[in-house]
Amino acid sequence: MTAALNHLHLFVPEIFVASMICIILLVDAYVPKAINALTHQLSQATVIGAALLTLLNQPTETTLLLHNTFVSDSLSVTLKMAMYVLMFGVFVYSRSYLQQRGLLKGEYYVLALCALLGMMVLASAAHFLSLYMGLELMALSIYALVALNRDSAQSSEAAMKYFILGALASGLLLYGISMIYGATGTLELKAVSDVIAEGKAESKLLLLGITFIMVGLAFKLGVVPFHMWVPDIYQGSPTAITLLIASVPKIAGFAMLMRLLVDGMSGLHSTWGDMLIILAVLSMALGNIVAIAQTNIKRMLAYSTISHMGFLSLGMLVGTNEGYAAALFYTLVYALMSLGGFGMIILLSRSGFEAENIEDFKGLNKRSPWYAFMMLILMLSMAGVPPMLGFWAKLAVISQIVNAHMYVLAVMAVLFSVIGMYYYLRIIKYMYFDAPAENSPEIEANTDMRWTLSLNALAVLGLGLFPHTLLQLCQNSL
Amino acid sequence: MIALADFLILGAVLFCISVAGIFINRKNILILLMCIELMLLSVNINFIAFSHFLGDIGGQVFVFFILTVAAAEAAIGLAILVVLFRNKRSINVTDISSMKG
Amino acid sequence: MNLETLSLIIVLAPLVGAIAAGLLPLSRTAAHRTTISGVFIAFVLSAFVFYQVTILGHAPFADGAYTHTLYQWLSTGGLSFEIGFMVDTLTTTMMVTVTFVSWMVHIYTIGYMKDDEHNWSDDSLGGRNSYQRFFSYISLFTFSMLMLVMSNNFLQLFFGWEAVGLVSYLLIGFWFQRETAVYANMKAFLVNRVGDFGFLLGIAGVLMYFGTLDYQTVFSALANTPDEYTTKTIEIFSGTEWSVITVICILLFIGAMGKSAQVPLHVWLPDSMEGPTPISALIHAATMVTAGIFMVSRMSPLYELSLTASSFILVIGAITALFMGFLGLIQHDIKRVVAYSTLSQLGYMTVALGASAYGAAMFHLMTHAFFKALLFLAAGSVIIAMHHKQDMREMGGLKKYLPITYWTSLIGSLALIGFPGFAGFFSKDAIIHAVHVASDGGQAGATFAYYAVLAGVFITALYSFRMFFLVFHGKEHMDEHTREHLHEPSWVVTYPLIALAIPSVIIGAIALAPMLYGNYFEGAIVMAEGRNAFPAADFHGVLSFVLHGLMLPPVYLAAAGVGLAYFLYGRESAIPGQIKSAFSWLHKLLEEKYFADRFNEIFFAGGSLKLGSFLWRIGDRNIIDGFMVNGSARSVGWFSEKLRYVQSGLLSQYAFAMILGLLFFLVWFVHG
Repeated sequence: MTAALNHLHLFVPEIFVASMICIILLVDAYVPKAINALTHQLSQATVIGAALLTLLNQPTETTLLLHNTFVSDSLSVTLKMAMYVLMFGVFVYSRSYLQQRGLLKGEYYVLALCALLGMMVLASAAHFLSLYMGLELMALSIYALVALNRDSAQSSEAAMKYFILGALASGLLLYGISMIYGATGTLELKAVSDVIAEGKAESKLLLLGITFIMVGLAFKLGVVPFHMWVPDIYQGSPTAITLLIASVPKIAGFAMLMRLLVDGMSGLHSTWGDMLIILAVLSMALGNIVAIAQTNIKRMLAYSTISHMGFLSLGMLVGTNEGYAAALFYTLVYALMSLGGFGMIILLSRSGFEAENIEDFKGLNKRSPWYAFMMLILMLSMAGVPPMLGFWAKLAVISQIVNAHMYVLAVMAVLFSVIGMYYYLRIIKYMYFDAPAENSPEIEANTDMRWTLSLNALAVLGLGLFPHTLLQLCQNSL
Repeated sequence: MIALADFLILGAVLFCISVAGIFINRKNILILLMCIELMLLSVNINFIAFSHFLGDIGGQVFVFFILTVAAAEAAIGLAILVVLFRNKRSINVTDISSMKG
Repeated sequence: MNLETLSLIIVLAPLVGAIAAGLLPLSRTAAHRTTISGVFIAFVLSAFVFYQVTILGHAPFADGAYTHTLYQWLSTGGLSFEIGFMVDTLTTTMMVTVTFVSWMVHIYTIGYMKDDEHNWSDDSLGGRNSYQRFFSYISLFTFSMLMLVMSNNFLQLFFGWEAVGLVSYLLIGFWFQRETAVYANMKAFLVNRVGDFGFLLGIAGVLMYFGTLDYQTVFSALANTPDEYTTKTIEIFSGTEWSVITVICILLFIGAMGKSAQVPLHVWLPDSMEGPTPISALIHAATMVTAGIFMVSRMSPLYELSLTASSFILVIGAITALFMGFLGLIQHDIKRVVAYSTLSQLGYMTVALGASAYGAAMFHLMTHAFFKALLFLAAGSVIIAMHHKQDMREMGGLKKYLPITYWTSLIGSLALIGFPGFAGFFSKDAIIHAVHVASDGGQAGATFAYYAVLAGVFITALYSFRMFFLVFHGKEHMDEHTREHLHEPSWVVTYPLIALAIPSVIIGAIALAPMLYGNYFEGAIVMAEGRNAFPAADFHGVLSFVLHGLMLPPVYLAAAGVGLAYFLYGRESAIPGQIKSAFSWLHKLLEEKYFADRFNEIFFAGGSLKLGSFLWRIGDRNIIDGFMVNGSARSVGWFSEKLRYVQSGLLSQYAFAMILGLLFFLVWFVHG
């Protein structure tokens, strides 16, 4: 019994978040008008508290606890900290948007925090069971969040699509896990890795397992051809929920890649590496090309996500620690840019008006030069223009590909990035060179949103000028 | 004596039926939910069969978790279905295709 | 103050000027004072550094080093990106030339841009502060060019390379209300992208095979273990083995071809004359376009290991030198004549590079910077006097109205054609001599290059003096109004002319001995065994060089060119018209610039233009106007259309796509 409770302090952040979820649920139910401020503040406090607890309880070395289902290492700390930061931003950006649409309810915070908890578990998964539970906790919460606007046909359609496809994907993932279990006789990722390394596993079953697992992973990441849900869900969800889906779960997706492929099945690198090549190339190609044809900015960013996830896979498939570090760097950078990008869409929206079309950005420079500049930074960064952070992320990944002598892949990555520049630059063109539409709305946002969003965009620029810090952090995490 | 392979084949057949059900069915979303349920069950058969033949209890524990999650999943799925029906007055699969491209 | 700090001040002074003039609300006077002081500081300090490093031979930095890293920006995976300076004789020569010409051009600009508001429509925002903006740009250019030449690593080189390019586009399109300027701007941009693509690939090649971007590390690796690199090959197309060094050299040179306007990437340079004349002098004649020449000289340790690349350079340069000269013969726009002469002279420098005469190339680069800047500024002076008319057919007989311009132009032209004793004489003869030696040495393409540059001398003299006679002699073709107002522009225009005329005469004789025969470039430029065309033993003084030159064909070819020009244009003969009608096909060929624009439109720029217009079509016109407005996706580009079609919105198809993906993986990885 005591063995199970060893190192339990490393699990404290999860316990804290879980307890806070219960408290918020109760507060929201029993304290009158809590939703006006208290729930929001409590949720923010949860994120901040979890961050502090994570920082205070850092492991000195890779530690397994709770019967080897939960791992705490520097990677999990980095990933969780990134999740907190992003979640904090999500809460700040979403509040007034949801309030104006009558969607600000206790459920939102509870479900979002549940998703956060699921992702935290995912980031620390050392066992197929904890991985699956974390994944489902995240996914189920998000399905519900997508349907948050109960009166919108589009939202419920998106939720349904997401739900069915997501369930299909986790079914495939589970099927793969059962095969791996059959081949190796264990569900612990570390033990799976050992058995594979010893070569004692039935190779046909292993291959079958890794293929199904890869499909499940590819769905969560949203890479081609398992990407179909991404544009529809991004478009259909309320923008505040899209913001959530587009930022924090990307970190969780990376965590899943690391835990399953690297911790669990590094012995099968030759197989999953090849799969990732196909997925990456298809994603970069399709994402960038189809994004050009979009008129809805949320849809466009969805296709851009697909291409970015393809890029991320490039870093993974190298199969070295430097490669994973580059992929981690890319993930963090992308999540930060994505947060800012959707934050801008929320900023431009007001009650009764969704800034969903790319044309809504027309003449933004005339209406608000400062936010046009912020959007400029974000778009340039997504396009990978130096010295923005996005450039360094792309460079880090491409240099790893080159180091691995995959020149064709590197050339393709550059080529598709160049194609991708077109649609980001088009937004810049709209903002700076086109006249604003008649009666375009004034930009109204509360102070914390203004500051956070500015900080978000400036971080993309500032970290881009000194990319060393973040890159070093990523390298140290692995 | 039933061999491990027989269980696996049963699992695979059930799995294929459920997968086919998901993409061949163009009528009713409820059937999709049933297919998902079936898929999880086929996975459960795999787990239990492996667990039995490997002499490892872990697989069976996993099955309990899957069953629990499946219940939660069904709850959420049906809830979304209700919302969808309220908005669209239809649970026809082909009717949920307003977003595309 | 140590030289580290000085180098930093040299670079930053123009930048500070540029920022002040560009961003602060300065008056016109304050703007030009700030920028001119910035460039002046840079010039004086450059001269001091030149004195220290080149004349006294001191190593500029601590511990006798020529390179100094200022700031390490980022280090990742054993690769570090740094900002630093490499200051040796090659650098100091460029620094002094760049800052001096830039300083002159700054002063001259005060006069040239005085009435710039007339070039803008009244309601245009661009016209309001165009004067300040212009000064900001040229100072920014000076900063970028200094960053380029003083760099000690490839990354900073690339930064400078792109930055000078950027300023160049900004300035070509300076009068952005003119269709032609915008078109020229875009052309320059697209053509340079082709070059930059090669350049970037070349840098990537360096990084790949040397594992570093630092000059010093690359060069010492080449010096210590050349065999290790010369024997390496790369398979570009299956079955063909290419020497890595050759591939890298040619890729880098493709970058130089873009920037230094070598055939077939030369098409942007004549069009760049759409920019204001001071720019044509500074950027498109004296400095920026020589960046390619400088870069190849800087990389001499690399280029010396590949004779194939050298021959490639030699042939490209020879084609440029000769055939671009021909085009100068039929131009009517005064600036375009000078532009084609620049192209041709850049060809000469490139030929010298190909013949491993880096010293001669740098020598010609320097002399050319002075006399070509002079010629451009003189052309600008004529343009000011003519109220911004540039057609030579409307000029004539300007000698008596513009005496200073006349005499300085004459000096510039004589220097250009290589009149004995003038600056161009020494440098051009040196190049011809070097090619001759290379041809004797049996280098592939050298014999062709030799005859090309010889013929080029005749052509140069012909078009230079055609312009000279058409503008300054003969009948006056201008209208009455213009004639009445003809007068020499103010001192800010004429002083730079005189200041540039002096070095155009004397710099050749002064620099000849050290730069060609001495050990001026020792340590900065590497020449392979037996490739030095100018052994010190051959040198017997400047006078003997001149006398020797008098016995060689170039002088007589140049004289013949001048004579023919006088015969055809100086005496108002009708022969040019008759020649034109008799050889109309030839005239057509030249008028169409050998159809190079057409060629490029199809092969290079056309590709990107088509891609651009394709993207615009599917993106802007069809999606927004066509798809959204007409509610029809019919007109969307085929590919995008097909891909979007896959995203049908149907749940079952989404699931089907996933299953297909799964099946594909199963078949590929599990079964296969």
